[in-house]
Amino acid sequence: MAKKPPTTLRRIVDYPLDWLEVRSGLVGAIRYFLFRKVPGDTNWFHTLGSATLTAFLVQAITGAILAMYYKPDPNSAYQSIQRITNDVTLGWLVRGMHKWGASVFIILLFLHMGRVFLFGAYKYPRELNWIVGVLLLLLGLFEGLTGYLLPYDETGYWATVVAININGTAPFLGPFLVNLLYGSADFGTDTLARFYALHMLLAPGAIFALIGLHLYLVIRLGVTSPPWSPEAAGSERPLEPQRPSPDGRRAGLVRPGARGGVR
Amino acid sequence: VEPRRPSQPHSPPPSLWPIGFAVGIAIVLLGLIIGWGIVLLGAVLTVGFGFLWIRDVVAGSETAPRARASSRGPTGIGAAPVVPGRPGEAALPLMDDEEVERYPRSVFLEGATLGLGALIGAAITLPVAWFAIVPAFEGEKQDEVDLGPLDNFPEGEWRVTTFMENPVQGQVTRRTAFVRYNGLLRGEPSFTIISNHCAHLGCPVQPGGPIDDQKRQEVKTAQEVVTLIPTTPAAFSCPCHGGAYDTEGNRTAGPPVRALDRYQFSIRNGHLWIGNVFSVGSVDGTGKSAVIVKYDRFYPGEHVDGIEQYLYPLPAPQG
Repeated sequence: MAKKPPTTLRRIVDYPLDWLEVRSGLVGAIRYFLFRKVPGDTNWFHTLGSATLTAFLVQAITGAILAMYYKPDPNSAYQSIQRITNDVTLGWLVRGMHKWGASVFIILLFLHMGRVFLFGAYKYPRELNWIVGVLLLLLGLFEGLTGYLLPYDETGYWATVVAININGTAPFLGPFLVNLLYGSADFGTDTLARFYALHMLLAPGAIFALIGLHLYLVIRLGVTSPPWSPEAAGSERPLEPQRPSPDGRRAGLVRPGARGGVR
Repeated sequence: VEPRRPSQPHSPPPSLWPIGFAVGIAIVLLGLIIGWGIVLLGAVLTVGFGFLWIRDVVAGSETAPRARASSRGPTGIGAAPVVPGRPGEAALPLMDDEEVERYPRSVFLEGATLGLGALIGAAITLPVAWFAIVPAFEGEKQDEVDLGPLDNFPEGEWRVTTFMENPVQGQVTRRTAFVRYNGLLRGEPSFTIISNHCAHLGCPVQPGGPIDDQKRQEVKTAQEVVTLIPTTPAAFSCPCHGGAYDTEGNRTAGPPVRALDRYQFSIRNGHLWIGNVFSVGSVDGTGKSAVIVKYDRFYPGEHVDGIEQYLYPLPAPQG
């Protein structure tokens, strides 16, 4: 079949992409990321990771927008939340997305973690990615803790007092944690601003960085097959010679140049 | 389904060093309670067993991966391109460290660059880290608070007293105390001033009895307005997890680990002034004849007596 010359529309689309590709290789990289080979028997459970990522991105974006109206000051925080909910156009929606999305994010984190655990996807050589994932879980829970204070209502205030004092009951280091979280020896003027900074700058920054590492490791190490897969992922070691595939289906599972046997 | 092959044996074989390492750490923690000599012993054990453990772990893998990797050529670990690039000439030929001839000057320059970078990095990082962490631990100088004239506190009656610890900082420093005048003790006025922070996890403890909000008093002092509400509690109880206390603040039921904290107080110019909070193990007796087992201020949930007190060697910082 003769190759048709590209249409004008095609050329209009391709030109900027080619421009970018020549100068950065980004288009190829993204294409590689999206269309890389994965085991043939991946299933819907494998989408929980990207679902979690999506939930986090929703949190990041709605959070940034909420920050445009929120005032992290003990005297005006509650009123600014009331204003977002009642007065600002669609403020109730964005705040609702952020509030309920927080639960969605945490639930998806646990489901994704359960999938990885039950599929044995944490085993060699992916232990480091499990550890990074656990750090992400802790940071996600920390986001929940710090975010709960920000509406600055009675529930948030006293829940935070109790949560900080629970930290305080840790042996030896407890009192230090209390001071670090309060910013002083007691709930004070700096506590709310401190939680706000942790909630919207420090913790999300760390989450973004760790997600980058998490994805890098996913791409580098490949996706695991389910435990019931005839590919028997994990029963082989990466440094063993790659055997010829018994059927054509397996040929696509190993990238050229990749370590043999890891899927 | 292809037959499963037996998985490879653990390399390195299991060893007992990690147990020794854990014992060492346990002894360090024990030493924090008993004394510094035990800490030293624990530290020596930890470091020693840790070294043996690490030596065992790395012994098996010292040469193997490198040899295997090189025998397998470009398919060894690390050889896979993360993102496939355009095949082409590498800018610099890759060489193992041994193959590169090092000159003293290049070694010096490398060290100088790294050292200078570390120095600059430290100069920037350390003050910021100091600023991030240390202010939270500086015991803030807590000014005493004027709760108003003594006449507002009739003998034997409780007042729910709310005040701002620091009027400049505002409502966020508002605290509540239960204040009772006990009459004169050796010619000096005696007060029972109980903090409303539950000794379990810091929730606001409530008086168990009628609160006469009709007779609320707003007392203007030099700094702020103090609110006094009469109450006749039979006990104090916490709404969060059911902690219960008697009117001296002794725990009677529920999860709290000690009695309710109290405030120090002084009498100046006929006014009641309160100062720092202190923690209380238990109170014997009532009113002005009470014997209070007094400690530095500890955070809620931290034991001050019993065997568990050794888990909390450091009190809360206070100015």
